[in-house]
Amino acid sequence: MSGLGFLAMAYTAIWVAFFFYLMSLGRRARRLEQEIETLRAAKER
Amino acid sequence: MWSIVRKDLAIERRTGEMLSSLLLLALLVVLLFAFSLEPERLRGAEFVAGILWTTLLLAGTLALNRSFVLEREAGAWTALALCPLDRGSIYLGKTIANLIFLLVAAVLLLPLLALFLGTTGIAPSWLLPASIVLGTAGFAAVGTLFSAMASRTRAREVLLPLLSFPILAPLLIAAARTTAAGLVGEPLEHVSAWLVLLGAFDLVFLTAGWLTFDYVLEE
Amino acid sequence: MSSRSDVAGRLRPWSDVALPALTGVAMLTAILFVFVVVPDEKVQGVVQRIFYFHVHLAWMAFGGFVFVAATSAWYLRTGSRVADRYAEANAEVGLLFTTLVLITGPLWARPIWGVYWTWDPRLTMTVVLWAIYAAYLMLRRLGNGDETILRYAAVLGIVGVLDIPLLIIAVRLWRGIHPAVMLSDDPEAGLRDPTMIWGVILSGIALGLLFAWLVSLRARFAAIDDQLALRALESERR
Repeated sequence: MSGLGFLAMAYTAIWVAFFFYLMSLGRRARRLEQEIETLRAAKER
Repeated sequence: MWSIVRKDLAIERRTGEMLSSLLLLALLVVLLFAFSLEPERLRGAEFVAGILWTTLLLAGTLALNRSFVLEREAGAWTALALCPLDRGSIYLGKTIANLIFLLVAAVLLLPLLALFLGTTGIAPSWLLPASIVLGTAGFAAVGTLFSAMASRTRAREVLLPLLSFPILAPLLIAAARTTAAGLVGEPLEHVSAWLVLLGAFDLVFLTAGWLTFDYVLEE
Repeated sequence: MSSRSDVAGRLRPWSDVALPALTGVAMLTAILFVFVVVPDEKVQGVVQRIFYFHVHLAWMAFGGFVFVAATSAWYLRTGSRVADRYAEANAEVGLLFTTLVLITGPLWARPIWGVYWTWDPRLTMTVVLWAIYAAYLMLRRLGNGDETILRYAAVLGIVGVLDIPLLIIAVRLWRGIHPAVMLSDDPEAGLRDPTMIWGVILSGIALGLLFAWLVSLRARFAAIDDQLALRALESERR
């Protein structure tokens, strides 16, 4: 593999990892929103 | 503090549980090494020292796991936490007791290993006992602190090695080096930096354990 | 107690708007420099461009671990939930960054040294640090929010940082110091071009901002989690 290939792999790894971490945080946010909704509904009842 | 050491040693004298299981386990680990690697190639002080410390770490971690289990199971944890001694002393007492077990194991294991691995040219110097004492002391300091923590969790058998092995990495490197040097009687100058590192490790983690044990024992 | 809007998505001008925007701008500028502006390093060629991010990933991660220790000590002293949340967030993002150091390092080493992995002091140290903080997060997960375990994790956070200097000395004595990549006898080698220095500075700023943003997000979600748990407890009691 050429130097360019290694360079591409390294930076791809970095971006993919950040992307997945942000995705996992986003999933967390959605789950929290749902929980808040459930609590709010329970409160209004 | 000494009362805790005496208590642990007395229990051990009566049951012999910890030491016998530790030694048997260590022997089995040595056999594993011999079976999985080509035993004829494992000759020389370096291999004796390396396998000694790997074995001590593996078997010792499993044995240290028991260190606080007795207190947990017998409901003596609260008693330990309430006992009028300050927590730092409880930690030091436990550490000394564990250190004695590990030292005895190391002393019994070392000639066995040298014999098994058919090492020649052994000319031990005072570096050997020094490295073993300093190495086991650091191991006991870290292992005792973490085994108190691990004994509280569900997965304690896995957790103790998980927590302690990475922290023990510098100790393992230094202890294996100095023990190998002590076995063949290398001059002190070759390993003085390693000895200082071992001493620093012991000092740092004994102090850290002594200071933080307050938070570990609290329920 | 705080009002509902604290839990639900009220935008905070600094952490929700300015920080991500700044991070994005800095990241784009850094990418521009690393891939376009900066010339090839004379000895290592194009692969050396990995260096710009690799080094800062490492420094941010180590900084994060020092932060874990500081917030852990704060948590032990005061029992502050905020401190504990920041310890967790720093450990998690620090572990992510360390993982990336361990991925980009071998990808750089292969074309330069001919092997993916060598027991180079820095690589060795990084992999041990990775294990320490992986164990830290594992302990937290096993604890499931139990206060005692959180305290244990804080002790580990402090002990872990105490191990770092010993580890550095041990691996140096063990493997000797490999020729540092930036210091070479070749007068043509190294960061000769001024834009290269800018590349280093800019990617440092970009990764620093990214680290801060991720930590603040992570700590905030943990805070919401805490509040939700508290409220669930309250409504059960009622």
